[in-house]
Amino acid sequence: MAKVVEYLKKSVIYIVLVAVTSPIILLYYYLFASSFFKNVEGLIPSGFTLEYWSFILSGEIRVPGTVGTYYPNVYLVTFNTFFLAVTIAFFEVIFSSLAGYVISRYKFLGRTRLLQTILILHSFPGITLLIALFYIINILGLYNTLTGVIIIKVALDLPLDIWIMKGFFDGIPWDLEMSALVDGCNRLQAWWKVIMPNVRNGIMAIIIFAFLSGWSEFIYILTFIAEQKYWTLSMLVYALTSGEYLYIEPGVTAAAAIFYMIPVILFFLFAQKYLLRIQITSKGTF
Amino acid sequence: MTGSGGSGGKGLSRIFRRGYLYFFLLPSLAMIVFFFFVPAVLTFLISLTDMSYTLEWHWVGLANYVKMIQDPWTPLIFRNTMFYVFTTLSFFNVGTALLISLLTTHIEDRIGSAFRAIWLLPRITPSTVYALMWIWATRGDRSALFNWLLSFLGVPPVEWRLQWPWLLVILVNGFVGASFGMIIFTAALKSIPVDFTRAALVDGANTLQLIRYVELPLIKWPLMFVTAYQTLSLLTSFEYILLVTDGGPGLYTTEVWALYAYHMAFQVYGGGSAQYGYGAALSAVLVAIGLVLSVIYWKVFRMGEMMVEPKIEVD
Repeated sequence: MAKVVEYLKKSVIYIVLVAVTSPIILLYYYLFASSFFKNVEGLIPSGFTLEYWSFILSGEIRVPGTVGTYYPNVYLVTFNTFFLAVTIAFFEVIFSSLAGYVISRYKFLGRTRLLQTILILHSFPGITLLIALFYIINILGLYNTLTGVIIIKVALDLPLDIWIMKGFFDGIPWDLEMSALVDGCNRLQAWWKVIMPNVRNGIMAIIIFAFLSGWSEFIYILTFIAEQKYWTLSMLVYALTSGEYLYIEPGVTAAAAIFYMIPVILFFLFAQKYLLRIQITSKGTF
Repeated sequence: MTGSGGSGGKGLSRIFRRGYLYFFLLPSLAMIVFFFFVPAVLTFLISLTDMSYTLEWHWVGLANYVKMIQDPWTPLIFRNTMFYVFTTLSFFNVGTALLISLLTTHIEDRIGSAFRAIWLLPRITPSTVYALMWIWATRGDRSALFNWLLSFLGVPPVEWRLQWPWLLVILVNGFVGASFGMIIFTAALKSIPVDFTRAALVDGANTLQLIRYVELPLIKWPLMFVTAYQTLSLLTSFEYILLVTDGGPGLYTTEVWALYAYHMAFQVYGGGSAQYGYGAALSAVLVAIGLVLSVIYWKVFRMGEMMVEPKIEVD
């Protein structure tokens, strides 16, 4: 009897879980199926085709019934996206590991105030500063450049990154560093040779978080970029989705979207432990 | 002489050592000052001007704030924002998040983790792709995913963006938003000592009683934290709404405060674009709320206690 109750309880849990989770799986499935099949009747695909993926070869997305190109080359756009994401990750790692180290190890005038500011900024929504940032970017002559977007992304992500890195530095025993100093390293050498290799997990977490955040960026691209040659994949997918006046096969849009998601899926499959860690430390502040 | 020379050298090397410190801090400090403090102040300054395309400073005092109060759309935008934040928060960012974490912690951990991982997908998927999935799956024809599934219940096909714009906006945001609370709640539930739950079970509590009288009271703080934190993030977020309905259908049906500020400043079509002054005034309201709430969270959730002193004083 108790077994039956237990079994029923588990079944109810699974049924509810599957029911609430299924929209997510179905949405991904539907997009995926739409890029490989001519017709997708709800969940049932028919007419397998690779034609929607043909842009992979040339990089050109064609508008049916027209000559010439309306969209920038997919590979140029991919390069921009990659450049943006890698540069953002690079600067975030460098800046946050420098600052996180000092904050973790030194006592200096204004340390408490700085740490307090970083923690408060961490919950402050940077997106509300968009109009002022637009003004600053214009004044600096960085409107319509990827540099402008990179600077803003790095700045807005930094409080969180510094907080994460400080946590990792706090976890390293002081003796380790002390012995390096005794052995004749100066602080800079000790930081680089002894400390940094010990916060590898933290660095990995920042790199993945910053890369994905740069790779997915949309609002700042939409707002600060004017020319197609600086587009990233988010703008391309946005244009393909909303470009109602130019007829694009929905399958092509779906294929471009999946192409855009490849790194995200790879990180999801192979770096989940970092993703979960990021999620907990990032928006969670515990 | 020798003494002072020695101490001079020491002082110099000390400055040199301190130099590292500022060299290490400088990039981050500069970024934070230049891209947080300066823009926060600028938002308020620009809100006192009628700045437009030319980015010229022309002071108009509080005219933008007067305009905001008199704007016939303000009451609608305000109601929309409240409705959006309240429903998304209660049904998804807290409600679904709690449901998922309770369910996945009451089954085998391996399977529970897999379900939680799936819930992370919407958050890490690029917003434009995620929006496309919803738009594509909820379009009007019969073979579209949602209409096809609902046809088995006898529901006639509809274009969701036109017929159920709010439902769509809440679902799109909710499926992203739930994962934050889910992770916090799961961590809190997992940290409840096994003794507590065993004691309750020995006393004859069933699963529902266990949840109601043992687990929920013990995760009261995380519940409050997620509610507070997500209120602010929903209040200021507009990206997914912009992508899915862009405030439509029609004029301002699903327009929220943050999106309205964005449209005033950057809308590409129609009149009323490049109103940076008015947009900044609308943003200034959110910046002020953001600052106040951030400081309150800091106090209420005792984040100050996380600021431990450095372990070893180096000097």
